[in-house]
Amino acid sequence: MSTATYKANTSYTLPFEQPVLDLERQIEALESRDNAANFADELESLRANRASLLKKLYDDLSPWDTVRVARHPHRPQMSDYIEMICRDFRELHGDRHFGDDPAIISGFGRIGPYKTMIIGHQKGKSTQEKVACHFGCAHPEGYRKALMKMKLAEKYGLPVVTFIDTPGAYPGIGAEQRGQAEAIAVNLREMSRLKTPIVCVIIGEGGSGGALGLGVGDRIAMLEFSWYSVISPEGCAAILWKTVNETTNHAAADALSLTARNNLDHGFIDTVLREPVGGAHRDPHAAAASIQEWIVDQVRELRRFKPQTLVQRRYERFRRIGAMKAT
Amino acid sequence: MSQVPGRSWTDETIAGRPKKAVPEGLWLRCDACASMLFRRSVANNLWVCPECQHHFRVNAATRIEQLTDPESFDPFNEDMSPADPLHFVDVKPYTQRIEAAQKKTGFKDGVRTGTCFIKGRKVILAVMDFTFLGGSMGSVVGEKIAFAIEQAGERDLPLVIVNASGGARMMESGYSLMQMAKTAAALAQFDEQGGLFISVLTDPTTGGVTASFAMLGDLILAEPKALIGFAGPRVIQQTIRQDLPEGFQRAEFLQDCGFIDRVVPRSELRSEISSIIDYTGK
Repeated sequence: MSTATYKANTSYTLPFEQPVLDLERQIEALESRDNAANFADELESLRANRASLLKKLYDDLSPWDTVRVARHPHRPQMSDYIEMICRDFRELHGDRHFGDDPAIISGFGRIGPYKTMIIGHQKGKSTQEKVACHFGCAHPEGYRKALMKMKLAEKYGLPVVTFIDTPGAYPGIGAEQRGQAEAIAVNLREMSRLKTPIVCVIIGEGGSGGALGLGVGDRIAMLEFSWYSVISPEGCAAILWKTVNETTNHAAADALSLTARNNLDHGFIDTVLREPVGGAHRDPHAAAASIQEWIVDQVRELRRFKPQTLVQRRYERFRRIGAMKAT
Repeated sequence: MSQVPGRSWTDETIAGRPKKAVPEGLWLRCDACASMLFRRSVANNLWVCPECQHHFRVNAATRIEQLTDPESFDPFNEDMSPADPLHFVDVKPYTQRIEAAQKKTGFKDGVRTGTCFIKGRKVILAVMDFTFLGGSMGSVVGEKIAFAIEQAGERDLPLVIVNASGGARMMESGYSLMQMAKTAAALAQFDEQGGLFISVLTDPTTGGVTASFAMLGDLILAEPKALIGFAGPRVIQQTIRQDLPEGFQRAEFLQDCGFIDRVVPRSELRSEISSIIDYTGK
């Protein structure tokens, strides 16, 4: 990792990263001295300390801190990955019924050798875009746009690639009036029988039904520091602990088994994609490269299946999930 | 009626709504119009207030008794029980909540499924029970619903699901979430088979149940004034920080928005369902 990369991204530091920030300040202070050359050894050891400390922190990240990394303001978003992974992206707007929800981006794009339909949540980069995207909380027209583009992909035999990054579907008056629940439900049903490969990557937040609405796929991966669960830790804490604070958020995040590793262990996803040390925001290109490689591998394999076989296997994948006992 | 229907989930409430419990004793007060009502007359009126037509919540056993031809309900999977796959503990362990709910309701989880007759038509029926942990959907509810859907397909019978749920069950986290995909996928297959699915939405139907099988009916009926939505009213209020319009997320509102075929009073549910079955020729 280059010095420039991490410096560019330390304008926002997560609470648990404070010790790293302290070391970085010391390094900067030494570097800015006129006689910095005299401290070469010291600088080198400080940099080594910083690197090993960062690695250690991220190796033992608690579930709640993982959620914080997944929400990091500099974390690469759908639009960043499109730029880094995709050639010749042609955005396609609108659900042909109500409007165009900027919280979901969709369009044609080439990933590696493959022409694909790419669909994903967008949280927004600038304040203006964040507000327009409702911070990644899509409306029903977003989910309907996504489905429309999936059907287009199905018709022309293009694989569908989805990027999931949402705190949840938007809870508001308009969203309810226009059938948020119906839109998600229909996506679940139609994705389960879409006759083309579907590859999903959870790149940040996998918040409940809003995430699953783009998440019924043949192959599903999570970035190492993303989360995926039925409810956010705060939402869970508010309902079950009846109070939201640092302690209950930690407890709820632990209880919900929301990390990539947890999701893999329970068979909800197929792969955990490793992130650069310190999270994807510290080296977006490395994160993008590993996502791209994985997508290309999956599409290559899935293209070999007949559409009917794909649909049957997708059905069985979800059909078998459950933990029951006979009494 | 010997059991005590209409009682609420004791330790949790649906967002923003007060706990509702039909009090013990000969008399009870209507939640809506506050009239003092003779308990037995309300029960004889299908748990609908004779004064104001308020529909009290009813548990699965009462619903089955009201909806099906006498003695016709033949259940599936009654001994299927939740397994606590995540060893979930919040302020108390999930296993304790399960035990308490099982003791309270006499059933293993929040849905009852089986075959029955409705006005002489054989159907596959699933009835959710809001008194069992808020009718929340975990693995057992998802599995029993999916199994019922598959049975309807295999036996070429109409499927009726009576929904009453606060949503996905948090204590099974990802397992609960995946039940949404599982039940929706089962309905896709049933649809391919040409099956008839009548979804009945009762108070309340929210969250992950609404966002999966409940809104996927070929026909969607709802009881008057039932709360139906994706997000709960309190969550919406906290998000948008303004008052919600009168009647928001009630059955009539959803019908106005175009998401429900008919609002049907409880007394007409049997004839409504049997008539739909006849129209579709199923």
